[in-house]
Amino acid sequence: MVPDVVDPALVLSVLMFAVGLIGLLARRDIVFMLMSIEIMLNAGGLAFVAAGARWQQPDGQVMFLFILAMAAAEVAVGLALVLRLHRLFGTVDADAADTMRG
Amino acid sequence: MIYGFYVAAVIALLSTVMVVTRRHPVHALLYLVVSLLAVAVIFYILGAPFTAALEVIIYAGAIMVLFVFVIMLLNLGGDAVEREGEWLKPRVWVGPSLLAAILAAILVQLVIREPVATAPMRVVAPKEVGVALFGPYLIGVEVAAFLLLAGLVGAFHLGRRMVGRQGRT
Repeated sequence: MVPDVVDPALVLSVLMFAVGLIGLLARRDIVFMLMSIEIMLNAGGLAFVAAGARWQQPDGQVMFLFILAMAAAEVAVGLALVLRLHRLFGTVDADAADTMRG
Repeated sequence: MIYGFYVAAVIALLSTVMVVTRRHPVHALLYLVVSLLAVAVIFYILGAPFTAALEVIIYAGAIMVLFVFVIMLLNLGGDAVEREGEWLKPRVWVGPSLLAAILAAILVQLVIREPVATAPMRVVAPKEVGVALFGPYLIGVEVAAFLLLAGLVGAFHLGRRMVGRQGRT
């Protein structure tokens, strides 16, 4: 019984990761950048679950749980940073915080 | 089953593209929720029902609520009353709700027509996931607890209002 939805799932995860990466690079609104990071993390989790389904082991789902915990911590800190940026500069444009530009 | 997978995959990709190309954060957020729901359906088809439930509860529930809170706090966009009026227009919510309705149809069809035992993939039950999580991966659980604590403290520290620049309270 060869699982024939695993390869399409991996292709889908690659495509979603690419869309998220394009969004991260193209958008300058920091809220959209955080959303793109969420998309990319989710695509990575999809690849893990698909691989776990391919070998029918729970390890892929365990890795997805770790990614989930990491995404939750990351989004909490990231949104706190968004609030701080908005309070300091009055905008959510990531290019506003260019104090350290060389 | 395979057909349901492809429909869910197309919905996931379409709504992800819509997330990246929207102008208003709330519209993008609606599409992001649809994208996560589509990935949850794909997890279910891949034989990971526990992960699908967590995707809906934590990703599409908790994390998206966090985004909504921050967007509301920032009060982005124009005048509030005008924005409220704009949100009630159908063209904002008809796309995401249509995609979500298709996903719901797929899920209902999966649950009614195909019992879990005859799924093409062997279902990796929550019990196996739990045994693996608290067996060989126990150290990972501990580290995730550290990470969540660090995230909590960091978010609290960054979100606090600064009382005077040099006071550093």
